[in-house]
Amino acid sequence: MRQLFNQLISFPYFFKIAQISFPYLFLLSILVILLGVLWGVFFSPVDVTQGEVYRIIYLHVPAASVAQSIYYTMVIASITYLIWRIKMASVFMISMAPLGAIFTFLALFTGAVWGQPTWGTWWVWDARLTSTLILLILYLAIISLFSSFDRRASTDQAVSIVVLIGGINLPIIKLSVEWWNTLHQSASITLSGSSIDNEMLIPLLISIFGFYLYVTAIGMRKMQVEILKREISHNWVKEIFIEKR
Amino acid sequence: MRTKRRNRVIFVSSLVASLSVAFIFIVLAMNENVDFYYTPSDLTSSKIINKDSLRIGGLVQEDSIKISKDSLKTNFLVTDLENSIEVYYEGILPNLFKENSGVIARGFYDYSDGIFYAKEILAKHDENYIPKEVKKALVNDS
Repeated sequence: MRQLFNQLISFPYFFKIAQISFPYLFLLSILVILLGVLWGVFFSPVDVTQGEVYRIIYLHVPAASVAQSIYYTMVIASITYLIWRIKMASVFMISMAPLGAIFTFLALFTGAVWGQPTWGTWWVWDARLTSTLILLILYLAIISLFSSFDRRASTDQAVSIVVLIGGINLPIIKLSVEWWNTLHQSASITLSGSSIDNEMLIPLLISIFGFYLYVTAIGMRKMQVEILKREISHNWVKEIFIEKR
Repeated sequence: MRTKRRNRVIFVSSLVASLSVAFIFIVLAMNENVDFYYTPSDLTSSKIINKDSLRIGGLVQEDSIKISKDSLKTNFLVTDLENSIEVYYEGILPNLFKENSGVIARGFYDYSDGIFYAKEILAKHDENYIPKEVKKALVNDS
């Protein structure tokens, strides 16, 4: 276990693993997303209250789920960096932050498109929507912080602290719909079950799984690029590319 | 090396501890004013909420919707199953507006006649997703 961990945080080893697995993972993620979304949009039944418009759930929920999960993993990475100074943790944060921003934006956008016909408004300042907007701003702040220091180590330190502090927002997003009156409804899928009919739930779960696969694949690719940027002058990089030739 | 790491552990744990305290304070502060809407019971209870613009939310009471035939004037009751308030609104209603389903109205509550004059009506739906066919079958069974 310890050995596996040490291998995964070593740049050359991770680079090779990512190099091999990226194409399969990427292709698989596209297929799974297509399966989930197309099934959901064309073959799942019509909702009794919302009609056809509910089908945007097959993009909205996966995007929102991924957007929050990325931040959770970044919080873990920030603690890892702050305590053990593992460089892979900062590579992880810098690679995942843009993905988090994109999916948070997608969640907000699909939410607006969904809210207009169902609620009668595309945006309100309720606790769920506002805390999600704050998540987007946090991601953007983290991204801009990465390019605002000269020394690598100060950047990684500063970013880790900001990521950790921003983690306060995560339980607020999660619990906003339980604790306060909001326009956004409570969670449909919880640990105790789901209030979505199975025929609609199965394609949704497939779509969520596909989004996670996609983020894993793209995240690995972005980490490879970041590793190359940092290690360009190292021998193992040269060896890999000379081998290729 | 070891003391350095210990210092970092202390730094991170104190940061996490102070963040947790901050989190509690933020949530307590938000409890005061973060609610998107008041319930009918909030309005009819003793404390008077005198705002030019506020929101009330609840369910549209059954058999309470009265829509004028030749204009966009609508009257209905919003209930939280304990108290209900009469809402007056002139305008276009959202598609999901119907009896026994969630609604949020923004406007002004007139304590003198007990009517809420709404400027905007939003529909709030719940977290249940049920196929039309299944719902039909359920209704036919009962």
